[in-house]
This record gives sequence, C-alpha cells and structure tokens, in this order.
Amino acid sequence: MSKRRNWDDDPERPRKRYRNERPTEEEDIEDNLEHLIVKLGDRSTSALEKNLEELVEILDHDVSKSAKSNIIKIICDCVANLPEKTSIYATLVGLLNNKNYHVGGDIIEMLVKCFKDCTKACEWDKSLSYVRFFGDLVNCHVISHGSLMNLFETLVDVTMEDNIPQVRSDFFVYAVLSALPWVGYELCDKKEQDLEQLLNTIDNYMTKRSKVHHTALRVWYSDTPHPQEEYLDCLWSQITKLRSDKWEENHIYRPYINFSKALCEALQHNLPAITIPPHDASYTYPYPKVVFRLFDYTDCPDGPILPGAHSIDRYLIEQNIRWILSTHHRDLKTCSFSLIGLQGGHKFPLEYVLVETILAEIFALPTSKYLEIFYGSLLLKLCKMQPGSLPQVLAQAVEMIFDRLDTMNVACVDRFASWFAYHLSNFQYAWNWDDWSACLTLDPLHPKPKFVRECLLRCMRLSYHQRIAEIVPDGFKILLPDLPEPMNKYAVTDESIKIPGSGLSNQLNELIKNKTPIEEIMKTLDDLDNSTNAGDAEFTPHSLKIDVFLTVLLNAASKSFSHLFSALLKYNQILLSLNNSEDAQRCILNAIYEVWRRHPQLLVVLTDKLLKAGIVDFPAVANWIFSKELANDFTRSYIWEILHSTIRRHIKQVENLQKKLQELKEAKEKSEKAQSTDKDEKDIKEEKEVEPSNEEAIESLEEKVETALSDQKNLFLIVFQHFIMILSEHIQTCEAKGRSFKNHWFRWCIGRLQQVFEHHQHVFKYNSVLESLLFTNDIDAHILIIFRQFCSLQA
Amino acid sequence: MAGYRDHKFSGSRDDYEKRLAGSTTLYVGNLSFHTKEEQIYELFSKCGDIKRVILGLNRITKTPCGFCFIEYYDREDAHNAIRYIGGTRLDERIIRTDWDAGFIEGRQYGRGKAGGQVRDEYRTDYDPGRGGFGKYIAKKLEGNPGPSEPPKVM
Repeated sequence: MSKRRNWDDDPERPRKRYRNERPTEEEDIEDNLEHLIVKLGDRSTSALEKNLEELVEILDHDVSKSAKSNIIKIICDCVANLPEKTSIYATLVGLLNNKNYHVGGDIIEMLVKCFKDCTKACEWDKSLSYVRFFGDLVNCHVISHGSLMNLFETLVDVTMEDNIPQVRSDFFVYAVLSALPWVGYELCDKKEQDLEQLLNTIDNYMTKRSKVHHTALRVWYSDTPHPQEEYLDCLWSQITKLRSDKWEENHIYRPYINFSKALCEALQHNLPAITIPPHDASYTYPYPKVVFRLFDYTDCPDGPILPGAHSIDRYLIEQNIRWILSTHHRDLKTCSFSLIGLQGGHKFPLEYVLVETILAEIFALPTSKYLEIFYGSLLLKLCKMQPGSLPQVLAQAVEMIFDRLDTMNVACVDRFASWFAYHLSNFQYAWNWDDWSACLTLDPLHPKPKFVRECLLRCMRLSYHQRIAEIVPDGFKILLPDLPEPMNKYAVTDESIKIPGSGLSNQLNELIKNKTPIEEIMKTLDDLDNSTNAGDAEFTPHSLKIDVFLTVLLNAASKSFSHLFSALLKYNQILLSLNNSEDAQRCILNAIYEVWRRHPQLLVVLTDKLLKAGIVDFPAVANWIFSKELANDFTRSYIWEILHSTIRRHIKQVENLQKKLQELKEAKEKSEKAQSTDKDEKDIKEEKEVEPSNEEAIESLEEKVETALSDQKNLFLIVFQHFIMILSEHIQTCEAKGRSFKNHWFRWCIGRLQQVFEHHQHVFKYNSVLESLLFTNDIDAHILIIFRQFCSLQA
Repeated sequence: MAGYRDHKFSGSRDDYEKRLAGSTTLYVGNLSFHTKEEQIYELFSKCGDIKRVILGLNRITKTPCGFCFIEYYDREDAHNAIRYIGGTRLDERIIRTDWDAGFIEGRQYGRGKAGGQVRDEYRTDYDPGRGGFGKYIAKKLEGNPGPSEPPKVM
C-alpha cells in the first residue's frame, strides 16, 4: 500500500522511509506516479500536453487493479488540495475516461464520496473545489449537463431549508456561483432554460438576504472612492455581468481545449443524486466577507487594463492568487514564483492585482487567514523578484491607504502600521516622510499622525531610537517615540525634596545591589508596616511598599530583557507575597507602568511574564487597561496589544488544560480496552493499581477546565462591561455639553471594541450570556449595533 | 537549509537528527554585535510565543558576538520563524535561521580563539556590525583600526 501523502506536511522536507522498511517495486511505481500526478503542470505548461498524454498511457496500461483505487484517491485529493490546478486534473480525468469508461465511473464515484465527506466535516474550501471540478468535468465530457444541473439545483435548494443560519445557505449559493464561470457557457448552450430558472432562484434569494454583518467586516467605513462590497453581492453582480457577456471570460486556463477532439468522443456519466448533509448545530460555516478594493484602472495607467470591479476576470484572477497562497503558504519560494508566473499574467497588471489581493488578506476581518509576517515576508520576496515594478506599486498602495486612513477600521490601522514598519526595516527605512508632513498639523488623535506615530514606534522596536531619529525629517520629531529608558521617581538628587518612599528606596537599592538574601529583604519590607506613619503618606503602606520595591527592582535590572526576567524570577517569592489583594495587583501593574511607560514593548512583555508567574491575574490586567492611570495611553495600540495578549494567554491556558484532559481520557480508554482483552493477570493487577489515581486526575482536571472556562467567560464579561461603561459615559458627557460624541476618541474606542471580536470562536461561546447581561436594549444603540453585527457573522 | 550544526554535540549523529526533528529551538546567525534582545523578541514574536532568548556572547569579553538561540513553546511557531524570518533583515542585516538541537549551558559562548564566533576569526571583509575586520586580519592591521559604529542607546 502506498503511504498517503500528508497535505499538511512541509514541502521542504523530503519524504523519508524508515531504513528497515524497504519499498516493494510496486510501491516504488506508485510513489513515482503519485509524484507525477501531484506535480502535474507545476513547472512549464508547454510540456503539459505531453506529460498528460504520457501519464494517461501509464495509468491506463501499467497500473495493477489494486493500485488503481489508490491512484484515483490521489487524483481526488489533488482536486481538493490543489485548487489552482483543477482544470489540469479535469483534463486528466477526461482523458482517462475517454480511454476507459469504467475508470471514469470509478473516479466519479470516489469524487462524490469525497465531496460528501468533506461537506460533513465542514471542510468548506474542499467542497468548493469539488463543486467547481464537477463543472469542469462537464467541459471534459465526463459528466452530463443535465446531471450537473441537478447538483446545482440541489445546492441552491438549501436556501429553502427552514431554520438554518444564513451562512449555510450563503455557502451553497456561493458554491454554485463560483463554479459558474467554468461551466456557465456549456450550461447556457445545452440547458439554457434550467440555468435561467436556477439564476432566478438565486436572484430571489439575493434580495432577501440580511447584511447586518457587512459593517463589521469593512476595512473602510466609506464607500469612496471604491464601494466595499459584500462578497456574495459582488460575485452575484459579476455573474450577472458574465451572463450578459454570453458567459465569455478571459482568464480561466482550460488545458482540455487542446484535447477537445479526443474528449468529445467520450461517453458521459450521470452524477448520482447527491443529498446535502442537513444542518447541525455543531457546524461552523465560513464567515461572510467584504471585497477589499484599492485600485481601479486609472491607478495603473501603463500596460494592460485592470478589469473592473464587476468583471468576472477580476474575481478569477484574485481567486487564483488566493489558491496559490493557500497551497504554498508554507513555502515562500514556490509561493512567490507561482505568483509571479501566474497564468495569463501578461493580460492584466499583475503587480497591482498581487498587491491588492495580498493587502486584502492582511486586512481581512475579524482575522487574517495566515500570520501577518507570512504576508510581510512574501511582499519582500516579490519586491526582490520584481525590483523594477513591485516596490513602486506597493509604495503607491501605501500612499493610497494613508490617504484613506480617516475611515479605516482601527484594527486594520494597527496591522498597516505593523506591516509597514516591518517592510521598511528591510529597506533601510527609506521613505519619503516629507510627503506626509501635512499630517503634522492635525489633531494628534487624527488617524494620520497617529498612524505615523505608531509606525515609527514599531520601527524603533525593530531597530533603536537613534536610528529612527535619523530617518525622519526634523518636523516629524514630535511623532518620534520616547527614548525607551526606565524612570525612577524615588531617585531624587535634590536632598531638600522629600518624597515618601525615597528612604526605603535607597535602603532596598543597597540590599538588592549587595545581593542580600531574599528573606532579609522580605523582613525589611515586613518591618515597614510597623514603622511607617500612615498619616503622612499619600499611599497606604502596602501600596507604597509595592511601588518602591518594584521601582527599585526594575531599575536595578534595567540593563536588558534577560536581566529583568531573571530579576522577576529571583524575587518571585517577594512579588507573590506582595500580591495579597486585587488592589495590590493594580499597584504592581501601575508600578511597572510608572517605570517603563516609555518602553511600550517591555510593558507588553512584562505584563505577560507577571501573568505567567501568577503575580497578577487576568481580570486585574483587564481592569487596569481601563483604569484612569492608563487613560492617557488609552488610544495607543500597545495597550490593546496587552489586552489581546492577555486574552490569548488565557485562551491558551484553557486549551492546554483541555488537551491534557483529552490525553488522560484517551489513556484511560486504552487501558480499559487492554484490560478487557488482555487476560494476563499481572497486567490486570497493575492497571487496577493505576486506575483510581487516573480517575481522580481526570476528575480534578475536569473541574479545572470548568473553572478555567468560567474564568474565560468572566474575562470577556469584564472587558465588554468596561467598554460599555466607558463608551456610555463618553456619549453622555458629550451630549450634556451639546457636542457630537462622534469624535476621534469615540472612533478609536469603538474600533477597539470591535477588535475584541478577533477572538470570535471564543466570544461566540458566550453570546447568550453577553446578550442577556450586557448587550441589552438599555445601552446606547451605537454600542449595541457593534455586538449585533458581530453576532450576524454566524447567523 | 544550509548546513548549520553543533560541532560539539556530544551524542551520535542519529541522536542529533532526532533532537532536531522534535526541537523548538532555533539558531539565529549573522546578527550584528549591536542587536539587542528586545529587537529579537520584537521580530521573532511575530511567529509566536517565545520561551526564552539566549544571546551569544564572546567567551572572554562577555559581550554579544553575533548569534543567538531562540526557544519557542511550539514547534510550529519555530518552524514559521525559519520559513518567514530566515533570509530577511534584522538591524539591516540578512539573518539566517536553522533548527538547533536545544540549548545547553555553555553553548552561548563563542568558540573562536578571540572568544567570538569562529567565522569572525578569518573573515577578510570589513563588517562594522561585527567588530570590523576578522580577528586574524585585524591583528595584522593593528595600529590602524577601522571606524567603529556609534554605540546604541537603550
């Protein structure tokens, strides 16, 4: 048996056999064949026809019957996993069917099974590939027009199901619409009336759809210069236009055309009737999307024309790019080569479409599909490969996005700043900052100066202060980040000024410098309770203690991250003992903020370390984010970096516990199975000994998971409650003063509220609680709508 | 992947391969001597949660000597760092990333004669990010040191 190819495997890693596992000759042939099939059409398309013919010969003659079913499975897997090459596989199947009608039938049987399986498993991308592939098989004379029409009707009939979420019917309509560019011409030719009727049903559905989710997904709030269309609406417009163009498109690669003479003699199969698995509450469907548009044809004056927003060609090109990203995202080199060598790349302005599509992925809401640094690195590679054109187009895109910052989604502004800083760090930070000098006179909370400030901060985090000071013109110095140095309010040189705590600070400083044992330092701190006169201090003694100790410690260890981390580790015991209440935790967090407020990155890292060490807990950090002490930094992005890394840390904790529980349960099941089958007395005895502790461990873990989940719910409740309070207060204050509340601050704050939904899978678990406790009709409609929009992503 | 390996690894070759295949640690090379931990954190955190960074030090002077080890919690994160960060720039130098079999105390020190990395012994180019000329040439040129880079501020 040939070993199944693992599609998630790293393509860089060669497949290895274990040394003692010698392949049989047949396995060798099969492996070679698999390689040939997977690689079909990868390099040059000039040899494709010859390769296809040869492959068909081999498959038809040289493969044993038992191997055949393996080969068929490989072809079916290729269809699902290599969506950019489905036309090539359609041609292959067409030629095989032409040679041997029964093999064609076997392949169809397997395809139908695969389609059903992945639909049941909610592997939606694969389902889409299969539907489109069935369409292409009509073009290759493998499937009859009528039976494909039946399948399409079945898919569209899902829209008539009762009590299903709209995302379900959307998906199946999308599946049909996205296959139509491939097979629309054929269907129109042979089944015109049925097609008309199908399109009428879809048209009817389109007018009834709710679009509450649309705003939540928009990268820009404004529709000028380009409307931010809802994805299904946009595809429907494109298909409508394609229909009026007599189903003629220019961008689908159809290798089967060269074999049309052979193919048209083949006998066709009927697709069996397929029932779609009914809706189940456990299914998650793809979220709706918004079509990101940056360019139109006027932006790319030289060379071929950029297809318009409602031209199906625009959709086809973008789709091809997305397929390549999904197939090759683990392998930057192949990915960038495939993108540069895109089919028909001379017929449209390739660089523009590449830049627009990759930026669309970066800005995709609620989260982008892959790591931000994948896209960043990919753009670097593309710039290197096309140095004469791509950097210019990318620069043009940056200018355009900057111009449109006023209406950009807040999370997208963050991503833009972070990506752009990373990009600049690879190009000597060369940029024409002077072109943006108009932003220097704007309100500091305006998105433009704010973007530049965040971007320079990100640049500095990748580099160092002096370097970034060098790259910007003098006028921009006001937007430069602070020099990331620690502060020490107790270190007063002027003896005449007395501040509470400075004496203690000197004392602790000496103790820490002299590497005094922890116990002694603890004793010094404890003694303080008795000696300090509570009356003359602004702090209570305990909070003063915390503040002084942390200020001294963080300053003493300020030399590097390593010094700080080992200091936290070394004095962990003291820090834990200082944390005796929620107030104490807030003091700890305020103390690190007071010392390192000029070093946002370190604040992010330190908060995380404190959480990991259990010195502060999750709600404390969430409350701190919204506290008055941080109010000045409320609109800065690092604050939200802290919040989201805190939420992520908690999510990970829960997941780790769940994983452990799962492992224990599996181990238990295994041992039970072994017990019931294994008659060996000794074994049974041993297991009996193991069992009770295992049982206990499972029980205690189950409890832990439950507590952790309830903590997670609380964390989200705290965060959302703060948002509601702070936003309501803002609205009321503004209204009382007769001012519009829709100012810059409001925009940032609403955007940050939206950003919490980036943890959508987890927030969705608590929707009903959130709705009944927090997002009720009593709160302002401007806040409530954000929650409603989010809910509609799954509705 | 270029042929980085720990030449002082104490186990067998098979053992080494096995450790690499399950490792969550990277070796990062061609760093500037001036690159600081926080920059490494900033860049490499883009691929995931970092457990620790161990900056390579000159055995004698205990100053950074242009390499580091990065340990992640998850192998996939480390793998992404190799895929996406290797070959890009940090402090305007193209850095290299490779799997490492795991940090062992002592490995943070340079193994060259002068305390730095061996590659900085016989280098013939002038590299201001890595202390100027290679040690061998620098000795020959003594009395005529190249310009040194301005120090960085934290």
